[in-house]
Amino acid sequence: MYTKEVMDHFSNPRNVGEMPDADGIGTEGNPVCGDVMKIFLKIKDDKIVDAKFQTFGCGAAIAVSSMVTEMVKGKTLDEALSISKETVANALGGLPPQKMHCSNLGADALRKAIEDYRNKQQK
Amino acid sequence: MKEIYMDHVATNPLHPEVLEAMLPYFKEHFGNPLSLYEPGIKAREAIENARASSASLINAKANEIIFTSSGAESNNFALKGIAFANQNKGKHIIISKIEHHSILNSARFLEKSGFAVTYLPVDKYGVIDPAIVEKAITKETILISIIHASPEIGTIEPIAEIGKIARQKGIIFHTDAVASVGNIPVDIQPLNADLLSFAAHQFYGPKGAGALYLREGTRIVPLIYGGIQEGGRRAGTENVPAIVGMGKAAELAKRDLQKRINHVKSLRDKLISNALKVEKVYLTGHPEQRLPGHASFVVEYIEGEAMLLLLAGKGIYAASGSACSSKALKASPVLISIGTPAHLAQGSVVFTLSEGTTEEEIDYFNEVFPQIINQLRKISPFAKGWGDMEDKTCTPKR
Repeated sequence: MYTKEVMDHFSNPRNVGEMPDADGIGTEGNPVCGDVMKIFLKIKDDKIVDAKFQTFGCGAAIAVSSMVTEMVKGKTLDEALSISKETVANALGGLPPQKMHCSNLGADALRKAIEDYRNKQQK
Repeated sequence: MKEIYMDHVATNPLHPEVLEAMLPYFKEHFGNPLSLYEPGIKAREAIENARASSASLINAKANEIIFTSSGAESNNFALKGIAFANQNKGKHIIISKIEHHSILNSARFLEKSGFAVTYLPVDKYGVIDPAIVEKAITKETILISIIHASPEIGTIEPIAEIGKIARQKGIIFHTDAVASVGNIPVDIQPLNADLLSFAAHQFYGPKGAGALYLREGTRIVPLIYGGIQEGGRRAGTENVPAIVGMGKAAELAKRDLQKRINHVKSLRDKLISNALKVEKVYLTGHPEQRLPGHASFVVEYIEGEAMLLLLAGKGIYAASGSACSSKALKASPVLISIGTPAHLAQGSVVFTLSEGTTEEEIDYFNEVFPQIINQLRKISPFAKGWGDMEDKTCTPKR
């Protein structure tokens, strides 16, 4: 059902955990649907220097979270904002169609974390 | 890596003796049971022997057994066949909220065809109160259908009492006994059932072989019209090898039933007591009135499909009722019906043991299961609690 890349990121997820000094935090999804992703970003000079995540959900949700945190490291915020559900799914070699929407929360959570950071900057 | 199969309710491997019994009917005894020459006669005799063994397993008469392709077909046949045969007497049917999809969806089909259906609630263990069944009966009620044992939560229903009420009121009573026949003693007489569905692969027979018990003298409208097979009630050239396999499996189930029960029950109890030592793991279904090899849980703060994948990675095969693990992306209606909050239902996981399960497998499982729970809880944002996520509703984005 899942690709090798999905199984790899699910079984050995990268960047798991909380980030106490995060500059931006974004949460997407809800447990009743089955998936929740929380992403933490460390940002310096408009660049993402570190990313971590916590996820409640199925194999796809965990793999997506791991992949997104890998993809954003070193990117500027604008570059990171161009990451979409499709780019994440493609990087994982594809997701089963029924998982495309419910479990593919990485890009949305990332957008929320960047918004959170920018809101804090304005204050 | 060793493979540990803990999904008995999904299906089972064939018993070797069943396979042996089936093989000649793929080869030399290939005849059509309706043919009048030797290969046909051989096939006919084999079917009638299988009918006698299948009847004997549930203490019925041979002429009360109709062979079908599956438990799902038997359930469809029972609901639609009885509804259409009795629609002049009334158009009300009673089922429960924890029926198998083949009952639930047949009932929904009948609703569209002008029948009214009452879906009875269950208590927190999934037990249907016979008094609630009695209250639901109206002058229009023609059929009551209640599952004998739930494959999802293992609970065994008080079928004999419900059957007694139906009998007193003169209402036809069906029970879906697919998960129970061959796994616990099922005697059609004290159950007071007029119809009963069962399937061979639930007791080490082949897939594609099921049966409907139909009490002598009960009228039914066929699902499949055609020739005179199965007394004109189920047309189509018989799947002779599968039927032979069902007969053999029924014979073995009758012979070995108590041995099988004792075997899986002690292993199951060991599994449950160990799993419940892990913090915030809860048993679903009835603690005692449950299928002997059945252990079902909800694990807080993590999701079922992820558990199944990690377990499979360790060679352990199991099932879940979580939304993500279902193709329909909906949490199990059975878990919701017993009052499991939707976020907790996502943590569903079901282990069902079979005659092949060993003590060593359970020891290995008891070691692996807590590790997997911890591994996923380390990733979960809810490791310290659900916070404000508890009362959400789900409106998936499209």
